[in-house]
Amino acid sequence: MKKIYLLDDAIISPQGFSTEENLIAVKNEKSGLKFHKNNKFPSEGFYAGIIENELLTEAFSKIGNPKKFTKLEQMMLLAVSSVLKNNPNLNLSETALIISTTKGNIDLLTNSSFPENRVYLSELGDVIKNFFGFQLQTIVISNACISGGLALAVAKRFIAAEKFDQAIVVGGDLVSEFVLSGFNSFQAMSAEACRPFSKNRTGINLGEAAAAVLVSSKKPKKSINISLIGEASANDANHISGPSRTGEGLYKSIKNALKEAQISAKNIDYVSAHGTATAYNDEMEAVAFNRLGLSEVPVNSFKGAYGHTLGASALLESILTKHSLLNNELYTSLNFDEIGVSKPLNVIRGFEKKELNFALKTASGFGGCNLALVFKKELDD
Amino acid sequence: MTEFSFKITDFVRIKNQRIFHRKDLIFKTEKSLGLDQFLKEAYQNLKITYPKFHKMDGLCKLGILASEVLFKDHFISPDTALVLSNSASSLETDKKHQLAMSEMVSPAIFVYTLPNIVLGEISIKHKLQSENVFFIENRFNPELLMDYAEVLLETKKAPAVVCGWIDLKNAEYDVFLCLISKEGEIPLSKENLKQLYLFENE
Amino acid sequence: MSDLRTELKQSIIEQLNLEELELADIDNDQPLFGDGLGLDSIDVLELIVMLEKDYGIKLTDPEQGKEIFASIDKMAEFIEANRTK
Repeated sequence: MKKIYLLDDAIISPQGFSTEENLIAVKNEKSGLKFHKNNKFPSEGFYAGIIENELLTEAFSKIGNPKKFTKLEQMMLLAVSSVLKNNPNLNLSETALIISTTKGNIDLLTNSSFPENRVYLSELGDVIKNFFGFQLQTIVISNACISGGLALAVAKRFIAAEKFDQAIVVGGDLVSEFVLSGFNSFQAMSAEACRPFSKNRTGINLGEAAAAVLVSSKKPKKSINISLIGEASANDANHISGPSRTGEGLYKSIKNALKEAQISAKNIDYVSAHGTATAYNDEMEAVAFNRLGLSEVPVNSFKGAYGHTLGASALLESILTKHSLLNNELYTSLNFDEIGVSKPLNVIRGFEKKELNFALKTASGFGGCNLALVFKKELDD
Repeated sequence: MTEFSFKITDFVRIKNQRIFHRKDLIFKTEKSLGLDQFLKEAYQNLKITYPKFHKMDGLCKLGILASEVLFKDHFISPDTALVLSNSASSLETDKKHQLAMSEMVSPAIFVYTLPNIVLGEISIKHKLQSENVFFIENRFNPELLMDYAEVLLETKKAPAVVCGWIDLKNAEYDVFLCLISKEGEIPLSKENLKQLYLFENE
Repeated sequence: MSDLRTELKQSIIEQLNLEELELADIDNDQPLFGDGLGLDSIDVLELIVMLEKDYGIKLTDPEQGKEIFASIDKMAEFIEANRTK
């Protein structure tokens, strides 16, 4: 079975500038969501997870000149830098770079401090590639909210095909006026902190973050390792902004990912769902999970802790899933009140220690895309 | 490394007011007409009956036109993967949304501010519930598309793949879509993809 | 046929890009959703924007939308009762 190992990772978010800081926050049920005043929005403002510019600039100054890089670039460069610092022997001429983002430097459409071309996603790719000196392939993926997880799947597929042995996968997106105004016109934004799967959920919160993961075909010499053993994606073929009511695409993705992983739904110990807290997404996920017999598996959404971080979300949440497995810990699904979907789910209501071996990460996005990733904990006897 | 041999079963080129199916010119208009008119006339000429077409942005209309031509002579399995790429993402529509932000945001514009929506529109019209990915490159990259298509085919994640380039920048479009499967005469190779793309490339 | 109803039909055809439709194709009491004109959730949101832009009516609950936009007649009635422009 061709699989990849998740060797190392970093998360740059309002909850901290390292995976460790983020894990402590998540474990302690902290949220990076704050209310931001803005009278263009109903309720005079919105909840979002926004990284403080000063903190970011201060951290970034240690590795580069903040004036030469956009906010998103600083976030993504910090994430990659953190992983590279912990892995100084990594040969960049043998390491692919895979980048995930939905809108990239979209704020540059109204900011002339950088050349116009900087808004192109391939330019973002070049900035990251050149900053560190990656010499192998740079692949940029922009596929709505599944991008971060799809980037991991693409890494696994190319590694399995022996195009390269290892890769750094990095994802990131901003909370921008561009996206805020769009979701606002969709009436999809909640006036309070979002409540995934809850009866009283009223929509999404946006968040910004960057996340980076080092993956490899080679099993590290550690006693416990996390591998990605199955993955699949499938389009709903239903509607470009609303998910399939029967969860067709997600159902198919999970089924195919489990098949590739050579396990059944019964083996799954934990599900890290997409859980954006819109009426339709959460309902669709509940339907898909139930169709597969996953209604009793502990499930959470991290959107209450981070907001929806778009191109970073599936990657950031995969990192948290990895550490859940490593630590045998289930993290609270924040802001849950009572079940608000038509099918039963076992939503994680409080921090719990539990032995976990297999986890499923799901994601869905505009355009009808869906993704499922199956992670395994491997113990060396 | 390929024990299987895959073929470029069919291909479509849309550029400079022309649509080519394989190397046959099947439609053309005058440049003076502009993008919107070109798209509308192509839609009518190809006798596509799909009113949703008119709601789409330029990138999606191009994708629907190209896939219509590409698919018409073949049975297309619902597992046919879509592997598309471009350099501008959805920038053309992004700029429209940016403009709308200063007046009144239109949800119908915002929904198209992602490059993978074209994969969704093609999937909906042709009922494909398959693997999708949208790559961003600064120019047409046949090697990436070929490598990824091969991986999907060899690991049986898809029985056939539509791969190609679909770029729209400052009302200039550059579209090249291929159907990759076991059928056909042209072997799938980086060179062949490049040659077909360069055809009619002034 | 009142001016408002004609205006609405014109608006709907333009705003929602219903290019293959003419004014005469839309009856005043014809259902706009489902099998009628086949409008969808994004169309509802666009009509909500149109209500605000052209008639000064702010709808904050898209669920109301399906009722108000059920037909041209229903829309005209709602606008006549609530317009501020």
